[in-house]
Amino acid sequence: MSLRDSQFGELKVPLTWTAAVALVVAAVIAVALLMSDRRETFRAEAYGAARGAADSALAPVGNVLSTPGRWTGAGVEAIRGYFFAVSENRRLKAELRDMRQWRDVAYALKNENGRYRSLLGLKTDPPIPMVAARVVTDSRGPFADTRIANTGREAGVQVGNPVMSEYGLVGRVIGVTNGASRVLTLTDVASRTPVIIDRTNARAILTGDGGPNPRLDYLRGQEPVREGDRILSSGDGGIMPRGLPVGVAVKGLDGKWRVVLASDRGPIDFVRILLFQDFTQVINRKELDALPVPPPTPGEPTPLNAPASVAASAGSAAPAAAVAAGAAAGAPASTAAPRAATAPITAAPGVAPKAATPPAKPAAMKPATGPAKLVEPKAGAAPVKPAVQPAAKGDGHKTPAASTAATPKTAASTTLTAKATASKPTASKPIASKPTASKTAAPTTASAKTAGAKPATAATATHKPATGDVAPARPKPRPPASEEEPPH
Amino acid sequence: MSAARSLDPTRWLVLPMLQVLAATLLFGIPLRLWGLQLPEPIFAMPAVFAWAVIRPSVLAPMGILILGLFLDLFWGGSLGFWPLCLLIAYGILLAGRNMMAGQSRVMLWIWYGMVTAIAQLSGYLFVMLDNRAMPSLVSVGWQYLATLVLFPFAYRLIDLFEDADVRFR
Repeated sequence: MSLRDSQFGELKVPLTWTAAVALVVAAVIAVALLMSDRRETFRAEAYGAARGAADSALAPVGNVLSTPGRWTGAGVEAIRGYFFAVSENRRLKAELRDMRQWRDVAYALKNENGRYRSLLGLKTDPPIPMVAARVVTDSRGPFADTRIANTGREAGVQVGNPVMSEYGLVGRVIGVTNGASRVLTLTDVASRTPVIIDRTNARAILTGDGGPNPRLDYLRGQEPVREGDRILSSGDGGIMPRGLPVGVAVKGLDGKWRVVLASDRGPIDFVRILLFQDFTQVINRKELDALPVPPPTPGEPTPLNAPASVAASAGSAAPAAAVAAGAAAGAPASTAAPRAATAPITAAPGVAPKAATPPAKPAAMKPATGPAKLVEPKAGAAPVKPAVQPAAKGDGHKTPAASTAATPKTAASTTLTAKATASKPTASKPIASKPTASKTAAPTTASAKTAGAKPATAATATHKPATGDVAPARPKPRPPASEEEPPH
Repeated sequence: MSAARSLDPTRWLVLPMLQVLAATLLFGIPLRLWGLQLPEPIFAMPAVFAWAVIRPSVLAPMGILILGLFLDLFWGGSLGFWPLCLLIAYGILLAGRNMMAGQSRVMLWIWYGMVTAIAQLSGYLFVMLDNRAMPSLVSVGWQYLATLVLFPFAYRLIDLFEDADVRFR
């Protein structure tokens, strides 16, 4: 017997009031959800299971729905290519002429850069592995600007990874699940990105507001930016690598500096997710914090011992140098000297491209084991030289993996090589034994040997595999991937 | 069966809800026509307006809650954001329902414009509180205009079901 047929069927209920009660209940649920939600945080667990499940379900739906659009676009492009082939050919020839000049400049600069790196023993950013993905849904409202890309956790994508289109930076990953990643675009009202003005090196924060052109906030100095200045990611904070193209500065109608995004030049259909991990993210803090405090020197006041522990916990790019300095300041000379002496040896394995090199633990990563073990040379290891050969073999101009990784067209192929050389400071082998690694390790020869002259610097270089020494911080100018070897 | 019981929730609640979901999904694909992106109207707004005008219901707020949650999950906003904005609009409509009874199409459109503006204003305030940043007014304005032109769909729904339940005429 249904309710309507029973004696309660004729019960008069004030429907407006019951609707109001339902409204209040629904509103309370909504408020509770809103108060507990933090979508922009970097904690993976903050994304929530509901969001992850929804993204997993929406990704294939969006993929299917966007397929006709992609086919139509490809068809239109084919027709356009057929009818405008002559004019396009003319334009491409002019562009090629221009690019040839740039190629020559790039070769010269690359060569020069490699030599400078070798001379200075500079430690640059490691190559960045990346994965390609297709954007399947796109929201572009004033309150939320996000996209779903159809690659997720299975490809190693993590929360915080930067996302680029073929033209420039799109945003960063805020949620990952199996088969899908949610990308917070630069235009979202919750997006804040540290950027740098290429011409003046001035820093700013790119603040999204739901519109197409995000603002440049916190600009300092006299005339830090001009119309048309190139804006790049600054890498501050360690979320993104330095030098990713963001856009061009323009003066907004409201008088504020804004950025015309480089990624807006074309449809954002395919993107590259950079599996970027900053040094501050991969650093093993426990190991650094476990550094033994040097024993107090008799007759010395105790505060002098402080620098060692301070330097150890700082987590800077050169902890070994800081430790060495701290040790030199606070510990007896006998403690500092062996540590300095170990540096050339720990850097030396980077010289040898052979896999036969014994895996020596970097001095900075295992300081507690004592310097004596590291000083001892092993059979098969590369000979330790006194580091007076600055530009040895002139290998500095060899194309590092990162320069190819930065090339848009080679994204997929680069992933493997870049993954192979991706730096993990906890790894015991300073050099990966894959063929690509040996190729990229070549330029390290010079830098490692040079670094031997400065023990502390060399010790720093052992934090990451040798490939780290050859990756350029900026991908400009960028020669074609097919022309890696400059003419001699 | 009497006229009071002829309003089937599937027809006036569930079907419009599914249509809203489909339209939102369709407009969420990454498509550019001549370099321009598709607009992003709030497709749930006509349904919310029509549900409040047709009759008060216990199911409608729950339907709005589901619609809003879908919008949050699909558009990637904070969970609970769109349900709250839409429920505020629904509450205002429910309170002013007597004033809208028997009004012309133009007057209903004005009402629709007003509650849409209130929903977006609430959204603006919530985003300001949540992110400590002001969204672009131009962007909000575009979304408002895109939503405003959807009123004919709301009117059609009202026209279909307004006389279905004589208790609420």
